[in-house]
Amino acid sequence: MLKYFPIWPDQASTFAGNVDALYVFLVLVSVVMFVLIGAAAITFAVIYRRRPGVEATPIEGSTILELTWSIIPFIVMMIIFGWGAAIFFEERTPPRDSVEMYAVAKQWMWKFEHPEGQREINELHVPMGRNIKIIMTSQDVIHSLYFPALRVKQDVLPGRYTTLWFNATKVGEYHLFCAEYCGTQHSNMIGKIVVMQPAEYELWLNGGNNGRTSLVSTGQKLFTELGCSTCHKSDVQGRGPMLAGVFGKQQLLQDGRLVKVDEDYVRESILNPQAKIVSGFQPIMPTFQGQVTEEQLVSLVAYVKSLKADASTTTAQATPGQVK
Amino acid sequence: MATAAAPAGSNYLTNGSSVASWLLTKDHKRIALLYLLSVTFFFFIGGVFALLIRLELLTPQGDLLQADTYNKVFTMHGQIMVFFFLIPVVPAVLGNFLVPLMIGAKDLAFPRINLLSWYLYIVAGILMLWTLALGGVDTGWTFYTPLSSQFSRTNVVLAAVAIFINGFSSIFTGLNFIVTIHRMRAPGMTWSRLPLFVWAHYATSVIMVLGTPVVAITLLLVAFERLLHLGIFDPALGGDPLLFQHLFWFYSHPAVYIMILPSMGIISELIACFSRKRIFGYSAVALSSIGIAVIGFLVWAHHMFVAGISVYAALVFSFLTYFVGVPSAIKVFNWTATMYKGAVTLTTPMIYAIGFLGLFTIGGLTGLFLAAIGLDVHVTDTYFVVAHFHYVMVGGVVMGYLGGIHFWWPKITGRMYPEFWGKLAAMLGFVGFNLTFFPQFIVGYLGMPRRYWMYAPEFQVWNVLSTAGATVLAVGYLMPLIYLGWSLRYGEKVGDNPWGAVGLEWMTSSPPPTENFLEIPVVTWEAYDYEHIKEVPVVY
Repeated sequence: MLKYFPIWPDQASTFAGNVDALYVFLVLVSVVMFVLIGAAAITFAVIYRRRPGVEATPIEGSTILELTWSIIPFIVMMIIFGWGAAIFFEERTPPRDSVEMYAVAKQWMWKFEHPEGQREINELHVPMGRNIKIIMTSQDVIHSLYFPALRVKQDVLPGRYTTLWFNATKVGEYHLFCAEYCGTQHSNMIGKIVVMQPAEYELWLNGGNNGRTSLVSTGQKLFTELGCSTCHKSDVQGRGPMLAGVFGKQQLLQDGRLVKVDEDYVRESILNPQAKIVSGFQPIMPTFQGQVTEEQLVSLVAYVKSLKADASTTTAQATPGQVK
Repeated sequence: MATAAAPAGSNYLTNGSSVASWLLTKDHKRIALLYLLSVTFFFFIGGVFALLIRLELLTPQGDLLQADTYNKVFTMHGQIMVFFFLIPVVPAVLGNFLVPLMIGAKDLAFPRINLLSWYLYIVAGILMLWTLALGGVDTGWTFYTPLSSQFSRTNVVLAAVAIFINGFSSIFTGLNFIVTIHRMRAPGMTWSRLPLFVWAHYATSVIMVLGTPVVAITLLLVAFERLLHLGIFDPALGGDPLLFQHLFWFYSHPAVYIMILPSMGIISELIACFSRKRIFGYSAVALSSIGIAVIGFLVWAHHMFVAGISVYAALVFSFLTYFVGVPSAIKVFNWTATMYKGAVTLTTPMIYAIGFLGLFTIGGLTGLFLAAIGLDVHVTDTYFVVAHFHYVMVGGVVMGYLGGIHFWWPKITGRMYPEFWGKLAAMLGFVGFNLTFFPQFIVGYLGMPRRYWMYAPEFQVWNVLSTAGATVLAVGYLMPLIYLGWSLRYGEKVGDNPWGAVGLEWMTSSPPPTENFLEIPVVTWEAYDYEHIKEVPVVY
């Protein structure tokens, strides 16, 4: 029966159980409420049907009843709110040890890139049991990355990064859908996520492509080619701020604001350098708008992220304006 | 003035039969009938698109329509149904006809503006049909940027202009109701004696006047970005795509209440009349309309939980959304309680009202699923959402509207509809509706995204059921069109007040005279005072 009338999607992530539990709870609440109201309406319609000589009993209302059927549903709703919020909070808090992958969406295709440099289109291979974080952007309109079996979805916007994370718990192939309407081939902007045993995933990563460069190396190469390294020097303070160790920190700006150095800030600083100038520096950096693709940006971001503060440089002369 | 020249014994229908006497009428009742014809026309256009959608989705492959055609079909279905049917249908037809009658006024406060509202609606409607003739729009009714402002190659600007103009029709109607309800109530018709239908229209009007300008300006900005490449929403031009969603939903969420509140007003009237009782908790029901209108303005970003808003914004909007749930629940409980110890007759309008209770309850309860953020992440943008808002906007609004049309049909036309066919259509509509939309909850939870032209094969069984239901539903909607038309000529003449209903609209003749009341009524009783008013005389 269930084979022909499926009612349940695969459960293949750590979120799935909790999301489904909340769903079942809500179905139960709904059934109880619907049966109560439906039974009352039908019973009253039958028992109190109009008969000759029998008049309706006038009843003005009841404050106690009004309060009862306001407060009790409200309490139930607050339980639902809290439960939903707790799940959401977890869905939006990627663990620190997550493997970071990148996704670039465009009409009508998904491009994924693994940290090791492996690239895929409309397919994403992931190891089971690992925390995977996907950092995403779009080249054109809004898309939305959706894995029903993992119960996660996040819109993918042009001009900024959004993230999504999960921990897959069951080996298999599952749907990958675009969930935000994006034009003609929206329903063809689909693919699959392949959850593999970690060992198999390693084999798949290394399969056949030994010469591949990692995302960070690609970024490093670009960093030199584009001339970034002439100002953002790695050993001494150049005309631009040193980038080692800045990622994830708070940065003091020229106008006194503080900004968190995240993927979006790095991206913005490359495309629109004048927007947020680091305190103590001149607005002399040219824009790279139109010169780098979203995929190149992703590798530059990954490279900047990889620059760890090196003891010899950071202790001697900390970047001006950086708040520890 | 036609009013002064009206011969004795004539009513608003017989007072002038020339085309000009209809197209230049300032009588709110005639304008209501002009609206009735026009919204019915657009309902059937939108309905044809709905059937095309259901036929395409009968199979997982994209086989009936091209992808682009399908996208246009669901876009036009949404835009026509939302802006040209659901938003005007109850206020502009039944509200227009009944608000003055229910408060003992001779007309709305601004009869010429009322006529202008209809003409704006018609101009907007013609532009919309023109958009269709030029090949339609493919942005979805939500016009999300930058798809609509930069990427779509269809007639976005024309559709935006149509909806912009239509917005003014809505604003004027709202303005007219607010002034009328404030200034033109008959002596003794205090706020606490107002029928709940009027309370609901008051709350609706506030939303129309405060919300509609926002969507009008937003669509204009989309047109500016499209035509002049002003960077407002497209990040490539320096804009922000989320800004569009905030502005759009700031109106379009309250717009749901523009649709449902007037229908809720109808349900209050029907349940009181056919239970022969004052509505249980009158003031709670009246105030809950105002509560819904006010809180409805504070929940828009619950459409955007996965759109890229911050975690804390999502928490706040989820929390506030549950506050709209409470006044909606209050209404449902009070309606049900009104039937307790009543004297209930299951006429066609009452069957529609009970149908409304069932469908709106399911629509409201599934709203709780969507407001729970962690669960919304999974079901948003799937068929679960499609099912939810059809339960509220079609199951709720259309059920209430059809119930109201049957209830006031003898008031409007002086003739009765055929009861047997009425009951049959109401029940077919209920069954067809559930068969169409209930499977969509399930296929949505399975993960089928909305606005898909092709889909994974395991979703097919639920889509087949849904399409089957749609054909039943279509019959349920077509039947009233036929028998109500038939009754115009052959329906039984039933006198001024066939239901024995209280309410000022029943204390004048059916159909009413052009000036509504031959003398201004003086109200000395509470609303729905079935306890004291046993015989309802036609006195005014």
